Amino acid sequence: MLHIVNKSPFEKNSLQSCLSCAKEGSTILLIEDGVYGVLKNSAVSDAITGAMKGMTICALEADVKARGIADKVIDGVKLVDYNGFVDLTCDNEKLQSWL
Amino acid sequence: MTQKKFLYVNRKAPYGTVYALESLEVVLIGAAFEQDVRLLFMDDGVFQLAKGQDTAGIDNKNFSPTYSALGDYEVTKIYVDKQSLEERGMSLDDLQHLVWEDEDDDWAERDSIVLVDRSEIKEIMEENDVVLSF
Amino acid sequence: MKFTIQVSEGPYTHQASDSAYQFTRAALEKGHEIFRVFFYHDGVNNATRLTTPPQDDRNVVNRWSELAAEHNLDMVVCVAAAQRRGIADADEAKRNGKDADNLAPGFRISGLGQLIEGAIQSERLVVFGD
Repeated sequence: MLHIVNKSPFEKNSLQSCLSCAKEGSTILLIEDGVYGVLKNSAVSDAITGAMKGMTICALEADVKARGIADKVIDGVKLVDYNGFVDLTCDNEKLQSWL
Repeated sequence: MTQKKFLYVNRKAPYGTVYALESLEVVLIGAAFEQDVRLLFMDDGVFQLAKGQDTAGIDNKNFSPTYSALGDYEVTKIYVDKQSLEERGMSLDDLQHLVWEDEDDDWAERDSIVLVDRSEIKEIMEENDVVLSF
Repeated sequence: MKFTIQVSEGPYTHQASDSAYQFTRAALEKGHEIFRVFFYHDGVNNATRLTTPPQDDRNVVNRWSELAAEHNLDMVVCVAAAQRRGIADADEAKRNGKDADNLAPGFRISGLGQLIEGAIQSERLVVFGD
């Protein structure tokens, strides 16, 4: 299943709710302000690193670059472009947007 | 018509934004399509089901009575996240008592609301074909 | 793959419409089918042709109209949400006694059932919103 999160974890709890409801084997894609969730050394980076043991964490590269945080992304987070975003929605039969 | 399993995920409080009301409108319209529908309320979405809403002072329509009509629209599975209630100092008693009538059992009244934990939500999300998020 | 896209926020305030546009364009370029793009909540504000952004900014509305013309997209604006927010085509304006209409090319106004139908007919529903 693909979970899409578009909220900064420092403003809303969408990422936290998503992490607690996503099954092992899921993919979590962070887009828009959601990409702040992949910042190194943040209050949520341990949660992301922990989730990476059982899930794939992706972030939309265009949103990461737009926000000037490309060199601060947690190692192991997969950056995807819009084509990659489309591929993720094809590869996963179920989708949930954590608005 | 193809029948799919629909899950409506409601995570926002009513009145502060329009999402709760307009989500409910989708559920009501969607009922005509005879799909297999479930609703999930979590995070601030649990406030949508709170008892005793009185909107007279804000000149907004109080749409909370509509939730009690969902049973008539054959929406009989309403999941509420236990953790979200607890975090907000609430319990099932603070929510409207929502029921549906079971035609296979002489129209006996059954509770629509089912309290679920996060591990159950994991399963609920995966077992649906379409997730509509509000 | 056959997609329906839901856009729940208007242009400029929130990035949702931009993201939905980029996603839709990428999907079309990869050869996927977009069954429908459905505009709901403030998303209906993507359909006003009166939008006039500064010259150095993107025109979110025109961009959708152009994509629709190029790919014959079915772009549906929810009627109930549109009426609340003052989005009307000529017929709607006339029916409601309004002196103007503002629906941009490529959009059509219809009911919420179109969203449900989109979800039933498509293999994927992707929701962009706030």
